[in-house]
Amino acid sequence: MAYSKPLAPALRDLWHVVAASQEVPMGGKRVTTLFETAVTVSRNERLRVTSHEDGSLLPVIERYGCIWTSFGSPSADLFPIVEYGESDRRNIIAGSIGVNVSAPRAIENFLDMGHFPYVHTDILGAEPHTEVKEYDVEISYERDEILATRCRFFQPRAALTATEGQDVDYIYRVPHPYCSVLYKSCPADESRLDVIAIFCQPMTEETIRAHLMLSLVDDTNTDAGIRRFQQTIFGQDRPILENQYPKRLPLDPRAETPIRADKSAIAYRRWLSQKGVNYGVIPQQLS
Amino acid sequence: MALGVEGLRQAAWYPVASSDDLPFRHVYHGQLLGQELAIWRADDGHVNVWENRCLHRGVRLSIGINDGAELKCQYHGWRYANRTAGCTYIPAHPADAPARRITNRTYPVKERFGLVWSALTPEAPEPEVAERGFALRPIPVNATPEMVLAALVRRGSAVTELRPLGVVLMLKGAPGRATYFVQPVDAARAVIRGVVETAPDIATLRGFNAVLSVLRDEVEAEARRGALPEPIVPRYEPVSVELATMPDLVIGRQAKLRVVVKRRWQAAIDVTGLELAPLSGAHLPTFQPGAHIDLHLPNGLVRQYSITNGPGELTSYTIAVKREAESRGGSAAIADALRDGDVLAVSEPRNNFPLRRDAVRTTFIAGGIGLTPLLSMAKALKRQGLGFDFHAFARSEGHLPFGEDLDALGDGVTRHFGLSPAATAQAIREALGPHGFARHAYICGPGPMLELARGLAAALGWPDEAVHYEYFRNDHEIDRRSSFTVELARSALSLTVPAGKSILEVMRENGVDAPSSCEQGACGTCLTRVLEGEIDHQDVYLNATEKAAGNVMMTCVSRAISARLVLDI
Repeated sequence: MAYSKPLAPALRDLWHVVAASQEVPMGGKRVTTLFETAVTVSRNERLRVTSHEDGSLLPVIERYGCIWTSFGSPSADLFPIVEYGESDRRNIIAGSIGVNVSAPRAIENFLDMGHFPYVHTDILGAEPHTEVKEYDVEISYERDEILATRCRFFQPRAALTATEGQDVDYIYRVPHPYCSVLYKSCPADESRLDVIAIFCQPMTEETIRAHLMLSLVDDTNTDAGIRRFQQTIFGQDRPILENQYPKRLPLDPRAETPIRADKSAIAYRRWLSQKGVNYGVIPQQLS
Repeated sequence: MALGVEGLRQAAWYPVASSDDLPFRHVYHGQLLGQELAIWRADDGHVNVWENRCLHRGVRLSIGINDGAELKCQYHGWRYANRTAGCTYIPAHPADAPARRITNRTYPVKERFGLVWSALTPEAPEPEVAERGFALRPIPVNATPEMVLAALVRRGSAVTELRPLGVVLMLKGAPGRATYFVQPVDAARAVIRGVVETAPDIATLRGFNAVLSVLRDEVEAEARRGALPEPIVPRYEPVSVELATMPDLVIGRQAKLRVVVKRRWQAAIDVTGLELAPLSGAHLPTFQPGAHIDLHLPNGLVRQYSITNGPGELTSYTIAVKREAESRGGSAAIADALRDGDVLAVSEPRNNFPLRRDAVRTTFIAGGIGLTPLLSMAKALKRQGLGFDFHAFARSEGHLPFGEDLDALGDGVTRHFGLSPAATAQAIREALGPHGFARHAYICGPGPMLELARGLAAALGWPDEAVHYEYFRNDHEIDRRSSFTVELARSALSLTVPAGKSILEVMRENGVDAPSSCEQGACGTCLTRVLEGEIDHQDVYLNATEKAAGNVMMTCVSRAISARLVLDI
């Protein structure tokens, strides 16, 4: 494979996203990049992912509106998102967007609430309501994922129908080094949660395609409206991500200055270190 | 490359921008030897050259907001002060004062003949050039700095080299002699920055521009023929271990700074104003609104005074000293003995009265000299465009200091003079109003007025966490009769506190360094977490909710009701 260094087993044997299903319709073909290796995704009598390196066929599955492959021996299935299968949900891929940043920087931004008032002004947050309240984070070794619960952030208009701001509840999962899933209060049904996920396709260490998946309980908005909203949000994050240096995520605790609000990011960096993830990161130098 | 990157880093200061690159409230993205720089001018004229990276999450500060006194990061709104680059506010935790030591990396700066100069190592020698000069249009060149210098030398006559990357010469075809500095932007990128001695006319500028443009084309053509070096890998120095873990500050009652009395004046009846400037260096440490300093007086007394400055004002601290009738020597010593030019020892600023900036409206209630910390807070809110009401109470107009500062705060200021206790209560009641969502009040003044305002706020439905206050001093008589045991959980020490001694004193006697400031239970510096035991609170810093929670105490005055206390020290 063409990538510049051997992938850690923790990455090699994982499923990685290479395209949204909607990008490769029946009879279609798309050339893309994964870990600096060109691959062709094609769909005829069956779905195929072919490596340009040696022409070999790579494993393939289709989950959550996306096509996934692997350069190693992946497990039978991808991490679960049970809500995706609920019959009354609308599952939408809101976009597949190229960003000049490493996958872990994009994931860390997805986990971050403190930037809402500054980057998603008047949508996900608004000054002066800038406080990140205490929340809980755990690394679950059993499920091999990070879970942040009891997250709350003040949102000026939590729903299209809302006129006053209120705290919105969030739950964040990181079930894959380059994927994260968030659960958010659902404006249409108090008893349920909307699901928004980001699946990062590492093209190189410092460039990705971010595939945005939504699974919503929503009878009112159009698909186009939902896509536009999510693309607006991501379009606001993108210039920040592309101005972060170094572009790879530094795993040394002394590389940057965390605060209590960054608990989930601290756990994420530690988890990546423990797994030996070596792509899109600056590993901690052992002294 | 004769010197190599490391050699060039050590060798000299280099020009990094033109003064014209820094218009009002702009942040300029510069680069020197591969290191990106955020260069910005504050409203006071000072030019800041900082590493172009917020220490929090690495976002470029060149996309940040220059508000004239501070630079605000686009990502999370962290604010960094003009001159020191010290962090003054972290919006995600509005109730906390940021650890004062969070400071972005700064580089030294000089501004001369229309150019901004800096160096990657402070020891690098400054360029030896004439005091006066006029900068030509900068010419960026895609070639190694050494190639650019060699081309200048090749095409010039009467050459005087200014090592490592400068030269004085008459360039063939140019209208006159000039000094040329080559800014080493990166391994294969440079900027020619020419300086002439007298103000050039348009024809002269055109002449230089034509000659340098031809030179650039030739050097770039030459560069394209050979293999150019890879870009320099930027260095990201690690932050300190303390910052990576963010522990509590531990500062004893020390006076680390020396300041000189720059100005002493009658600020109001019985109030002396003092402007304290650094004895050495260009600026004082970063402070946050609400912060105070300990002033160590010649007679050995230590007193606390709030800093009244606005954001980014670090060339001096302005404080106000009230001459108290029953002065214990502190304020009288200042009022009578100090003169302009006297040197004093002060502590670094410490903030136990942090200002939240997540309120929709902030109400300030100031009694007399109690306006000093609130003034600094209001200036910060004003700068950020956040709404506030400022109510200043005093016996008469002559008793109220800093009238001009209040004028500058605008319409939100109301002055109340000579009110009776009943009228004062009514004015405070109206100022507070019923508590609303995201409203906060800050109160500072004499003890009785503070008690009154706190009581009124409670009666109007204000919760404890929305009412912030600072007492000048603790007027309660401290009962030091109890004796008990304290266990220091982290230090694995068990100490006996006898009657007549404070926990703080006993800890110090046993070699445990603990921060403190007022040592009378008013300022909040010695706040300590309590893991076990029942506390006999005797301070005026904690509010009723905090006292009832029973998990923190002030070790300078508070004691134990139980036989034993376990402290998180």
